[in-house]
Amino acid sequence: MALSQNEVLAGLAEIVNEETGIDTDSVKMEKSFTNDLDIDSISMMTIVVNAEEKFSVKIPDEEVKNLLTVGDAVNFITSAQG
Amino acid sequence: MTHPKLNQFQTVKYSRIYSLGAARGDLVVTNDDIAGPIDSSDEWIRQRTGIITRRRASKALSLMDMAVDASNQAVKRAGIDPQEIGAVIFSTISHPYQTPSAAALLAEKIGANPAPAFDISAACAGYCYGIAQADALVRSGVAKYVLVVGGEKLSDFIDPTDRSISFLLADGAGAAIVGPSDEPGISPTVWGSDGSHWDSVSMTASLLDFRDGEASWPTIRQDGMTVFKWAVWEMVKVAKQALEVAGVKAEELSALVTHQANIRIIDELVKQLQLPENVVVARDIINTGNTSAASVPLAMDQILQDGLVKSGGLALQIGFGAGLAFAAQVVVLP
Repeated sequence: MALSQNEVLAGLAEIVNEETGIDTDSVKMEKSFTNDLDIDSISMMTIVVNAEEKFSVKIPDEEVKNLLTVGDAVNFITSAQG
Repeated sequence: MTHPKLNQFQTVKYSRIYSLGAARGDLVVTNDDIAGPIDSSDEWIRQRTGIITRRRASKALSLMDMAVDASNQAVKRAGIDPQEIGAVIFSTISHPYQTPSAAALLAEKIGANPAPAFDISAACAGYCYGIAQADALVRSGVAKYVLVVGGEKLSDFIDPTDRSISFLLADGAGAAIVGPSDEPGISPTVWGSDGSHWDSVSMTASLLDFRDGEASWPTIRQDGMTVFKWAVWEMVKVAKQALEVAGVKAEELSALVTHQANIRIIDELVKQLQLPENVVVARDIINTGNTSAASVPLAMDQILQDGLVKSGGLALQIGFGAGLAFAAQVVVLP
């Protein structure tokens, strides 16, 4: 069964926390990965791969550059779950 | 039709690496030296690559000079006569001649003439490709000793304004002598390529484009994120497979020696492999930079010279890069 947006957000926040140490409460929908959370491109790729595994979705490399905010990623994952 | 029974090469059971040799560029290039044209900083480069300094060769120091130095050192340490070398394999992407091979000149310069000599183009996987071939040549009886060299002068093929890879790249040569052994010294190689990502690490243009005035001097570039993803998560599978076919558990390794592409790739590989802390992880990239085909032998030699590992221990070595090409094997440290 597909996870809700809130469940994906919570799961993604855990992944971000593990990769960067950023508090899960700081990982909010409107936050920019680069500007607000200071996540560099290599950490972003690690987060993407862990998210693919956790949510059983495929996030194409060319799609990653479009995932500017946490909300972008949550929405992509939510719809990719089908 | 009858014919006389042919003689064939007589096989030997095992092979091993007898010795290594190392040569690095003569210039120590700091991050501050190169940060300007890419609008970067020492901190940014350290954080994203782990590199503090990279070794590059001055104009007077050629790829061949470094290869000769590394090879002579390996030959001396192996205690063999260069005339006993039965094949010279030179892995490089920066030999500035389409033909003849760098290997033939190297063989001549180190006194191994008339050994068969050829270059291989497998970029950052090239040294491990060479070890696979040397192992096969020795065990099949084709050659008693094989000289494998990974050598690059990548600074001839960089763009100081390129933010994708140029600032990582460095110059050096690493050499190994492979020969017959009473005990197994080189495990089966897990190797391959994935040409569906042929342009993920490549040149900015072909030499024909350059000749026709349609492009400037071709330099190396990469799709960093695609390569990072492949280098970690696909290479973890290759590393695990190499351990499995070698019959070795991760905790039985003395060292992990990966291609020195980026400290972040190395650290993530270590994490994904769940390597125990007692396994020494080569991080030669910090002071040498990324030397493509030379990086694995340079990094292995460094941990041996620093006394971090002992001769006789097991090391998993893995090369990966443009092609995309990869090769991994477990070897007994010389």
